[in-house]
Amino acid sequence: MFDLFRIVENRRYYFVLSLLVILPGVLAMIYNVITLPTHTPWRLSVDFLPGNRFEVKFTQPVSEDQIRSVFQSFGITNPAITRLGDPSENIWQVRTVFIEGERAQQIRSALAKVALLDENSTQIQSVSPTVAAQVTQAAVIAVIVATVAILLFIWWSFRKAEHAFRYSICAIAALIHDILIAAGITAIFSALFNWEIDALFLTAMLTVLGFSIQDTIVVYDRIRENLTRRRGESFETVVTRSLLETLNRSLTTSLINILVLTALLLFGGASIKQFVAVLLIGMISGTYSSIFVAVPLVVAWFERDLWGTKQRAPKMAVAGK
Amino acid sequence: MRQNTFIRLLIILALLAISAYIVLPTPKPDFVKNLVFWQEPRGRDLQIKQGLDLKGGLQVLLASDLPGGAQPIPEQMESARRIIEDRVNGLGVAEPIIQQQGDDRILVELPGVTDRNLAIDLIKQTGQLEFVDAGFTPPLDGTPISTTYSLYGGLLFPETLPTGKPISETLNAQAATKVYNTAFTGEILQSATPGLDTLGRNVVNFTIKPQFQEAFRRYTSEKLNQAMCIVLDQRVLSCPTIRAVLSADGSISGNFTREGANNLALVLSYGSLPVPLTIETTRDVGATLGADSIRRSLVAGAIALIAMIAFMVVRYRLPGLLSAVTLVFFMLTSLALFVLVPVTLTLPGIAGFLLSVAAAVDANVLIFERFREELRGGRTMRAAVEAAFQRAWTSIRDANISTLITCAILFVFGNTFGASAVRGFAITLALGIFVSLFSAMFVTRTLMRLTFSEQAETIEARRAVLLGV
Repeated sequence: MFDLFRIVENRRYYFVLSLLVILPGVLAMIYNVITLPTHTPWRLSVDFLPGNRFEVKFTQPVSEDQIRSVFQSFGITNPAITRLGDPSENIWQVRTVFIEGERAQQIRSALAKVALLDENSTQIQSVSPTVAAQVTQAAVIAVIVATVAILLFIWWSFRKAEHAFRYSICAIAALIHDILIAAGITAIFSALFNWEIDALFLTAMLTVLGFSIQDTIVVYDRIRENLTRRRGESFETVVTRSLLETLNRSLTTSLINILVLTALLLFGGASIKQFVAVLLIGMISGTYSSIFVAVPLVVAWFERDLWGTKQRAPKMAVAGK
Repeated sequence: MRQNTFIRLLIILALLAISAYIVLPTPKPDFVKNLVFWQEPRGRDLQIKQGLDLKGGLQVLLASDLPGGAQPIPEQMESARRIIEDRVNGLGVAEPIIQQQGDDRILVELPGVTDRNLAIDLIKQTGQLEFVDAGFTPPLDGTPISTTYSLYGGLLFPETLPTGKPISETLNAQAATKVYNTAFTGEILQSATPGLDTLGRNVVNFTIKPQFQEAFRRYTSEKLNQAMCIVLDQRVLSCPTIRAVLSADGSISGNFTREGANNLALVLSYGSLPVPLTIETTRDVGATLGADSIRRSLVAGAIALIAMIAFMVVRYRLPGLLSAVTLVFFMLTSLALFVLVPVTLTLPGIAGFLLSVAAAVDANVLIFERFREELRGGRTMRAAVEAAFQRAWTSIRDANISTLITCAILFVFGNTFGASAVRGFAITLALGIFVSLFSAMFVTRTLMRLTFSEQAETIEARRAVLLGV
């Protein structure tokens, strides 16, 4: 019989489940790298691409050709013009090569001559090539620095336990698991629904990272406590006991977080919806990975048995409740 | 009631009252506003400051554009930043942000600006001021000219600017268009003020910074009776003739009107940017988008809060009810802290705040779970309360430290490239974490002691209903 509470013993099922979720995301990332003109795992927004984005709302209906001719009169030969929202709203998005601030404002004035603009619902963003490159670079550095800092922190806080380093590495493995799931599902949405990633996506990724570690640390903390209090028990027993003792808290907290994020997703502003969706995915993955990845991995390392299929000594078989 | 617990309760009530007073949008008297002495006097209104994405407005990122791609030194960037700040303040925008980003960028955020062209013009105007050797035949005012400094950073007095190169070194013989030799940049000026000479004519009085006085004396003695043009962004403003050898101060006379003298003095004092700047990116945010987002986020926040409290009460009964009090305390003190620091609230900032709410709830969950465990383990009510806090503390501490590490990295990351949104997220989350630590370990603990330690017998009698254990 498959016993739900034998999480550590049955780790192979949970590892396979993780891989099944990660795999499509990774495939989507590879697919995007091949098919997207930028050759990146996700569709990039103007935050990462040098260029301008005009979002204009006209008060009267205008045609795409009218907009195009305005841009062409400024020497911009191939602007990408798309209509946003309902046709009756007259909202258009135009993406162009990088245009200097002053000239962008001149274009705005020229557009206003085609039909009056709703000034309050009109935005212009422009990013120069150097800024875009630096954003990407800073992002990669931020992720690496955060990971290393957290690795060192866990190592330090487990310094009294045996093989403290293994706990850090497994926590980082769970973290990479969560980042892969969140980033992978974003890549799927990027391929299917044209999601674009912006600077907020990086915020989301780093928050997922925080979530993941926070959850893992609470479980680890209980293992650390039980290791000193229950010296007679086998390692696997202590770990399973710690998992079950913290299960209530893990589920309660993640249910509350899901409540908060769902409220934000359903009722919050449209501009943060994608951000919240990525957080929600990362948060669920974070709770899952702290229980079913980070901790079983530590045991697997101690027993030198990744899938938990080796013959067990009889006293180990009593592990569980 | 123990005296200790009583004092703690008084502190909590006092903090609640102060926070509620700060957060509620009632008009506050001036002496209260002036208590926040660390804030800019202009911004002391004790209200939550809204960022660009909520309020709408203009964001401009300026980058240094020194000839030859040279790196500016920190002092130059700082004085450039201050000059722009002075100009922007003249525009009358509420709560502008003028910050240095990285080594060579300045971020300008102008919330609520309606005339965007005017704002961009104003920032652009803070161009490069040069004093140019024009010989005996000065160009007319308003003529665009080429200068050695704008072409390759060439200066007659290279020692006056760390980035300047002597003209002799870089001299080229292209005489197709006349290239004027730049003598000094605007950096040599200490101050410039409009005034009247002895005949009652409008003049501009100026003083030279001490370290440049010797160079200025040498130049004016060599070029006596020749013209020295004042050039802003390669356009001639005025070409006064050098009438005397000058070193520390002097005055420029011409056929100035009072207004003309005033304008020239302004350009001389504020337009003398030590570093030329170009506009690198601009973001222009419509206001109604922001207003709608605020309203929606407030609704979402309220719904989330109610759902959270309901969940806590159903799951933990009486302790859950206590945590509702803690949560209200947490929210009020956090918001009050945002007003006091002050934190400019952006959309990701609101998201960061709501996440810190989740962390605050998690701390309570950790404590209540421990409390139940200790009760099930057979401890008395009073001992269980103390043990729950003691044993939950290491988990709460470690989990929050890891979040703070992430916050610090996000903050640095947001600072380096002008993503103020990312920085806003990190600040509100970090502040929220600190407040949540205090609310869990101080407020929840005091409330738990008040109810469970003081009323242990009453609660014990109705244990199944009140605790669910």
